[in-house]
Amino acid sequence: MQYTKQEYLKYLEQKSPNSPLWKDTIFAFLFGGGICTIGQFFLNLYQNTFSMDSEMARTAVSITMIFLGALLTGLDIYCKLAKYAGAGTLVPITGFANAIVSPAIEFKKEGLVLGLASKMFVIAGPVLVYGITASAGVGLIYFIIKQLGG
Amino acid sequence: MGKRIGKQTVRLEHPVGILASASIAGQKEKDGPLGSDFDVIMADAEWNEETWEKTESKMQKEAVRLAIQKAGLALSDMHYIFAGDLLNQCIGAGFGLRELHIPYFGIYGACSTMIEGLSLASMLIDGGFADHAVAVTSSHFCTAERQYRMPLEYGGQRTPTAQWTVTGSGAAVLGKTVDVPHITHITTGKIMDMGVKDANNMGGAMAPAAFDTLLTHFQDTGLSPADYDLILTGDLGTVGRDVLIDLMQNEGFDITDNYNDGGCMIYDLDTQDVHAGGSGCGCIASVLCGHILPAMQRGEFRRILAIGTGALLSTTSGLQGESVPGIAHLVAISGKE
Repeated sequence: MQYTKQEYLKYLEQKSPNSPLWKDTIFAFLFGGGICTIGQFFLNLYQNTFSMDSEMARTAVSITMIFLGALLTGLDIYCKLAKYAGAGTLVPITGFANAIVSPAIEFKKEGLVLGLASKMFVIAGPVLVYGITASAGVGLIYFIIKQLGG
Repeated sequence: MGKRIGKQTVRLEHPVGILASASIAGQKEKDGPLGSDFDVIMADAEWNEETWEKTESKMQKEAVRLAIQKAGLALSDMHYIFAGDLLNQCIGAGFGLRELHIPYFGIYGACSTMIEGLSLASMLIDGGFADHAVAVTSSHFCTAERQYRMPLEYGGQRTPTAQWTVTGSGAAVLGKTVDVPHITHITTGKIMDMGVKDANNMGGAMAPAAFDTLLTHFQDTGLSPADYDLILTGDLGTVGRDVLIDLMQNEGFDITDNYNDGGCMIYDLDTQDVHAGGSGCGCIASVLCGHILPAMQRGEFRRILAIGTGALLSTTSGLQGESVPGIAHLVAISGKE
């Protein structure tokens, strides 16, 4: 071998094409923005047409978007969009639905308990663990500040 | 005697013939440039089975059956079968071949398994321990994805260096004759690890192993690229292919004229959205058994080198921050005499 490990890794990096950053970023912006616009549409619809108050309408929007993410995952559409959208479909709440529904579909073959139910959280599990932990931490800090501030 | 030459090469005293080969492939492979060469095309990813793992087992079983049938032999004529795949504990082989009642050696060389099997089987036959033996491997896109990566419906993006696991299987029946394409030399590779940690750049991780085995073959035998019509690597993909060409060039061997890679041949890289090309045990197995060996039988190639390339990683090793060790095994095959 003509290269040391370091030299080889450097050489390989040159030989390996990079992800198209600008294209990925623009697509993520457009798809992500599109999903948020759909969410906004539902928010307006629930507030204006169904006369929900703002908190109720926001919750209803989350439920709607999760439903749509799950539905499109089951219909084999979400992963096809995500191929182009990248972070644009990963970051919104629809991406969270996709992360739970996709392993649930895939691991159904291993049974409803140890397959579907336990594998359901293989991707989303860390988000829950650290999301809940972080929100509890933030809540504690908020509580302390409020106590101190009167 | 003196079957060993050089550091890592064996020259078979009596070359071992590849009596027949059979290949099975999926729909995406059918749509590729070699689509018409495969013996059996599966109508869908399931092939009438409940799980993809069962499908993969069936692929191995049917490939073996078909190859033995094409050789005009019976299952009971086989003294040994060498088989493996990418699934944990090689369940593709273990479950697929249980009904065949052939003495079984399960082997694992990741995507180099086909060539590992051909190497071991031909050494056994040349050594007089068997009259006939079979080598078979398989890979299935869906079983590999769920084991190594993400669920199929998960919305993720693949990097440009990622490769697409071939849904395919190949089996070859070996015996003592040179009237057919026959194995003359075997160069067994060493594990090579250049510290590549990106599991989505397996071509880059395996290329040093392919380089080391190929260079050693030329050093051990005194042969050169010009002695072969085709040098075929298994699944280096576009990145690994270009790296191998460079590495060989640096050693003074120009392989650009007669070198190709199974992962680059099996799909149309421009239209089939496979990024850097195909991969998996079934890649070289189906390309060799479906495309190359029949072409040798027709006299289109006189002498070839087939190099199986494997990445010896697991999901655990990746999570623990380990690099990807590569392996490459080589067999030299001559056309019928």
